Amino acid sequence: MIAADHPIQRPPGAMLAVVDARGAIEHAPRSAFVDFLRPGDLVIANDAATLPASLRGEHVPSGAPIEVRLAGRRSLAPDDVDRFLAVVFGDGDFHTRTEDRPPPPGLAPGDRLQLGPQVATIEQLCGHPRFVSLRLRGSPDEIWASLSRHGRPIQYAHVPESLALEDVWTKIAGPPVAFEPPSAGFVLDWRLLAAMRSGGIAFATITHAAGISSTGDAELDRRLPFDEPYRIPEETALAIRRAFARGGRKIAIGTTVVRALEHAATRDGMVRSGAGVATKRIGPTSKLRVVDAIVSGTHEPGTSHYKLLRAFADDATLLRASHELDARGYRTHEFGDSVFFDRSQRGRLRLDRGGSAGFTGSDMDAGCPVRLQLS
Amino acid sequence: MQSAGRNALECPFAGLRVAITGGTSGLGLALVEELKRRGAQVAFVARDQGRVERVAREHPGAHGIVGDVSRKDDIHPIAIQVVGRLGGLDVLVNNASDLGPAPLQLLGDTDCGDLERALATNVVGPFRLTKALLGALVASAREGKGSVVVNVSSDAAIHPYPSWGAYGASKAALLHLSRIWHEELASEGVRVLSLDPGDMDTPLHALAVPDADPATLKRPEAAARELADAIGDALPDRGSLRARGAVMSERAGGSP
Repeated sequence: MIAADHPIQRPPGAMLAVVDARGAIEHAPRSAFVDFLRPGDLVIANDAATLPASLRGEHVPSGAPIEVRLAGRRSLAPDDVDRFLAVVFGDGDFHTRTEDRPPPPGLAPGDRLQLGPQVATIEQLCGHPRFVSLRLRGSPDEIWASLSRHGRPIQYAHVPESLALEDVWTKIAGPPVAFEPPSAGFVLDWRLLAAMRSGGIAFATITHAAGISSTGDAELDRRLPFDEPYRIPEETALAIRRAFARGGRKIAIGTTVVRALEHAATRDGMVRSGAGVATKRIGPTSKLRVVDAIVSGTHEPGTSHYKLLRAFADDATLLRASHELDARGYRTHEFGDSVFFDRSQRGRLRLDRGGSAGFTGSDMDAGCPVRLQLS
Repeated sequence: MQSAGRNALECPFAGLRVAITGGTSGLGLALVEELKRRGAQVAFVARDQGRVERVAREHPGAHGIVGDVSRKDDIHPIAIQVVGRLGGLDVLVNNASDLGPAPLQLLGDTDCGDLERALATNVVGPFRLTKALLGALVASAREGKGSVVVNVSSDAAIHPYPSWGAYGASKAALLHLSRIWHEELASEGVRVLSLDPGDMDTPLHALAVPDADPATLKRPEAAARELADAIGDALPDRGSLRARGAVMSERAGGSP
């Protein structure tokens, strides 16, 4: 697929491929998304704003220039910002593809990093030479100030112009906890939300710390997505309960919503409200308990996002969809076109009442302290 | 003022997450103090790092943010710090204001740059910041906690006082913006208030009318109490009992 290379969240020509439970594919302008919704549906989006998670600076022991991309956090607590998981790159910038970026200098526990005004220390390596846990120095107020002023949103080689926070700020952006934008949410604007309301379609949000999409290393990429903390408001859990009761579809805007809701799902398909950390991966053998349909960007086979889509459609359908998207010139990546997979006809009646078989557990390094304690 | 132990219904400010721009002097500083006293979690924004640090030191628990709402590049860093630090946002007070030319000038003598600065601080800045924080504000409303935006207005927004052209025009634009925001956001559960605190003994007033007798002016603390009451009225549980126009362009409280 062609990479979408302009940072425009809702380009006028954006397309939407709608794939139903039988595998039939329909194409529409994405602006017509609301026409594919029905009264009684519940649309759920991730309201995380995007942190400026890319920090440039210096590896103090070697003097080498580095870029640190924050990539994980143990909770969403506002004052819990002194420890992050991070991927470290060597010199260069986003004009070089992530996978072609040079590795960082040799990193060791205790190494000091000077990231603009922010001092950080490597706590330990997390099973990979560029994957570390970091401790940031300063009070929470100071850390928030230095991240917001010195950090930049993570950039993409396929978008030639430098991305500003505004470019990745969704209309519904709230808590700044995503490491890369929950870009499926680019489809939403206030006009669409108003149209949904007048069409009897409910709307709710979760907050999920969407992680990074690429580490630049194939071996490390296989560990994506990392564990991601989330919060489900009580009101959202209630909205899901009501949607179940009336038989409305629960439609996730983006893979992060699926990950959070399915992690918080109880055996009867309801959802626990409150804070959690999504550790499960969702893939072809996952039995979805809550989510009936997903709106997502288009994803290339092999990515973790594509793998998640395999919970919504069988491989033959996905492959056919992929070919059609290629043939019709769909664009991929953050600012690209969208897909809408609806599994409701075959899936909704098959609530899995067993354990969580089908999910593969987190393989985040047990040695990394970041995932040890949750308040 | 509120004693500890009152429940949330009687004490709508307990835990309320509030952001105030222009929070290191005048009405903004008085609001930081008043809302903190009522139990709110407060983040305040101002341009001068030294003053932000001083106010933060003198008001433990208040989160100081250095930023200039008239600068486009400051808006999202401010939003990140506000929502990141408070974990969400229930109330935004767009209080930071620019007088325009100081001393005041007839329009014919007003530099375009002074008018532009007043518009950037008093109209475009509040618009940008409200927009960047709208997701957080609407989320609060969706969760039933209510959500209020206060745009600090002036009678100069309504009356064409000679020599107040830059300030008056910018505040008139802000008032109209408030009314339209209010109409558009009503269905999202966000109330947008335009409140005129009256002529106060503040640095901005001293800049405009250097020889005014402070004794004839309202204390910013008194105006802050009235604004806090108006915010309390607009929040759920309390607000529904009082059939008050949501957009109040008249003075909130007594005359100066």
